[in-house]
Formats: sequence, structure tokens, C-alpha cells
Amino acid sequence: MAEPLLFVEHLLKQYGDKVILKDISLTVNKGEVVVIVGSSGCGKSTLLRCLNALEPIQGGIVRLGDESITHDSKNLTEIRQKIGMVFQSYDLFPHLTVLGNILLAPTKVQGRDKAEAAREAMALLERVGLKDRAESYPAELSGGQKQRVAIVRALAMHPEVMLFDEVTAALDPEMVREVQDVMLDLADEGKTMLIVTHEMQFARAVADRILLIDGGQIVEDDDPEVFFTAPKTDKAKQFLNLFEYHRSKRNK
Amino acid sequence: MADFDLASIGLDVLFKGKNFARLMGGLGVALKISLLAVAVSIPSGILLGMLMTWENKVLRFLLRAYLEFIRIMPQLVLLFIVFFGSTKIMKLHVSGEMASIIVFSLWGTAEMADLVRGALASIPKHQYESAAALGLTRTQTFIHVILPQTVRRLLPISINLITRMVKTTSLVLMIGVVEVLKVAQQIIEANRATSPNAAFGLYLVIFILYFLACWPISLLAKYLERKWKV
Repeated sequence: MAEPLLFVEHLLKQYGDKVILKDISLTVNKGEVVVIVGSSGCGKSTLLRCLNALEPIQGGIVRLGDESITHDSKNLTEIRQKIGMVFQSYDLFPHLTVLGNILLAPTKVQGRDKAEAAREAMALLERVGLKDRAESYPAELSGGQKQRVAIVRALAMHPEVMLFDEVTAALDPEMVREVQDVMLDLADEGKTMLIVTHEMQFARAVADRILLIDGGQIVEDDDPEVFFTAPKTDKAKQFLNLFEYHRSKRNK
Repeated sequence: MADFDLASIGLDVLFKGKNFARLMGGLGVALKISLLAVAVSIPSGILLGMLMTWENKVLRFLLRAYLEFIRIMPQLVLLFIVFFGSTKIMKLHVSGEMASIIVFSLWGTAEMADLVRGALASIPKHQYESAAALGLTRTQTFIHVILPQTVRRLLPISINLITRMVKTTSLVLMIGVVEVLKVAQQIIEANRATSPNAAFGLYLVIFILYFLACWPISLLAKYLERKWKV
């Protein structure tokens, strides 16, 4: 039943002599929501960036369907259209309106009809509750609104996979939810998604599968219930302990 | 105030003979030098500024050396070097006006290149990355994402450079170019006996002329800065 879509085989990533990711292998099925967790600097964001070749890799293979994704492949821009990505930093183009941001790639890269692309963009904006902000500039939006626009901008390219790199990490707490709700909605719709996040409650809710990365390797790969209630490895137990709070003595 | 007349502030000479027309002619020379230099500086500065962001170390060193040399040298020294140097050493006859245009172009190019380099460098890395992630090629990224943002940052500051170039042309009288200040000096000398106050009046007029030439440019810069504030 499961249809494999994204393949990572023995991926090696290093900066100079420093190994960031070693021997990562992973298959993501169509419609699967994979959440990648791990402590800061473990390489989880780097892994995501290797998947659309924003980072060159030093060994192994990344494939989407039958097409391999490497930093120097000729059809890189074509493959990247099939992989949507949303970043932590607000990465909208400041000189374009919300609609201009969304339409840039569909019209200039895919050569789609502007009116048709605009209709679709408006429908997507309506879905994330931002239809009335189509003519606003990014500087006029809140952080949560910007991230929702960034998600729409990626979706407008009809990607086969969506990558989310800590998209709520820079947001004020009250804006985190509005962005997460959009992601939950996409997960329900059956989008294939890889999400890097620090929000454990959200991870548990959205994930079909959770990966824990430690020291540049996948140390645990479970469905969320197993991961949060009965992790197999000590690394996973240690990691989850970071989110437990205890007070040894309670003064009454 | 009964004895107040134009002569008391030295403005009477302005209306003697063709003095006002000569003054305007002098201003014309100053504007001609600066605008020709601007016409050379802006395209060549854009080109050099883009080259300065390249990885090539030798190229970067050479451009840096050029920029620093031009910046460290007072413009007056550059004028002397080109004007006297070209005649004495290279046995070329270069007119004062031509020497001025050369120096102002060299200076403007260096300043413009540095502005372009700075504007390009100020575009955050994630602008390139998010364009790449959307499937834009490098050329598309440059045309649709980087260039429009660079131009917005660049226009107000490069307009300010133009006003600086216009103002600095007041130095070229030192190599014998008859621009507006030189004309004023000639008029003052010629009328020393009859209008001893001419210096005040004429320099006041020149102040106003420079102001009228630079103020609109400066207003335009301010307007663009506000309009394109990102």
C-alpha cells in the first residue's frame, strides 16, 4: 500500500573535516508526515537542507522518485519545484506583495498563466485565512502571517514533498498555533511532509513517524505513540527527559 | 536702512555687463563636468561593484586597491596628479576640464562600486536560498529577487553621491578650469575699486546656485528612500 517517494541512502554531510551527518538512510512514503527531532546542532536542519540540495553532500544518494538530487545536477531547478520548503527566518521577498511573492515562481519558473495562478493563490490564501492580505507587503504582516504566506508560496508550486525547517521557532508564542494549524490541515489532506521542530506536543499530534537525530545519525525511528511512551533507545529517553520538569521538594 | 542698496552687500556687480550670464556659464561648466563624470561613474561603478562580489581573490585585491587609493587621496591631489602629471610625464596635453572629468569619473566609479558592493552584500543569504528552493535559476534569482532589492537600496545613496560630485567640482578652479567660483573671482578682481563688497554678494549668489542645483537631487533621494523603505 505504501508508495515510497523520497529516498535517502547512506548520506554523508561534512563541513571540511567535521562530519555533520553520517550514513543517514531513510525512505519517506507518499502522504507520510515525518517529524525530525533532536537537540540543537544535531544536524536535523542540515538533513532537511540536503534533501533539496541547498547543501552539497559528500556521499550517498538523495532521490525523489527516480530522480537523484545533487547540488550540481542539471535539472536541479526542476526537482526543486517538486520540493517545497519553508524556513525559520521570514524569507518572503520584501519588494513584492503577498500575491507577488506567491506568483513569482509559478509564472516565471513554471510559465503558468498569471490569471489562473492568481485564482489558485487566492484560494490558498483564503484557506490559511489571509485572503484580505493579498496586496499587503511582507513588512505589514505579523510573523505568523508571514509564515502562512511562505507556506502558500511553496504550495503554489504543487510540490510533491514539503519541508518545514523550524518554521515556528522564531515566532511569538501566540502566533505559533496559527501556523501549526495550517500544517495539521496539510497533513490531514495527505501531503507528504518532513518537519523539523522543537515543539513536542505538535510533533506528537502531526507526525505519522518520528525520527530522532543524535550526533549526525538517526538513533530512533518510531511512530509517535511509541516514541513518546516507550522509546527504545537510551538516547531517546534522555532526549525526552529534557521536556519533563520535576521539582524535588515542594514547600507547602 | 536709508543708505541700503545693492552695492552695500555687493550685489550691484551682478548686473554689470554680462556678469550674471558669465556666472551661469561657470555653473554650466561645473555641472557639465559633474554630470559627464556621473554618466561614466554609474555604469562603470555598477560593473565594478558586481565584480567585487566575485570569489576571485586577485580581482578582489586589485579592485580593493583601486578603491582605497582613490579614497585616501584628496580629490585636489588627484586633480594635480592628472593635470600636471599628464603634461609633464606623459607629454600629453590634457585640458583642465578633461583632467577634471577624468578625476571625477575615477572617483565616482570607485565610490559607486563600493555602494553597489555594499548593497549586494546586504541582501540576506536566505533571500537567495528561498528563491533557490522555489526552483528559480541563478539568473532568475538575480533578476527577480536580488536586483530589485539592490536597486531600492542603491538609488537614494547613489543620488547622494551625485550631489557630492556636483559640490566637489568647486575644486577644479585650482587647475585653471573657469567654473563658477573662478568666474566670481574674476569679477571680484575686476571690480575691486568700484564694488569693494562684491565678494560677499557673489559668494552669496554662488551659495544659492549650488543650493538650487543640489537641493532637488537631495529631495529626490529622500523621497525614494521613504517610498522604498523595506
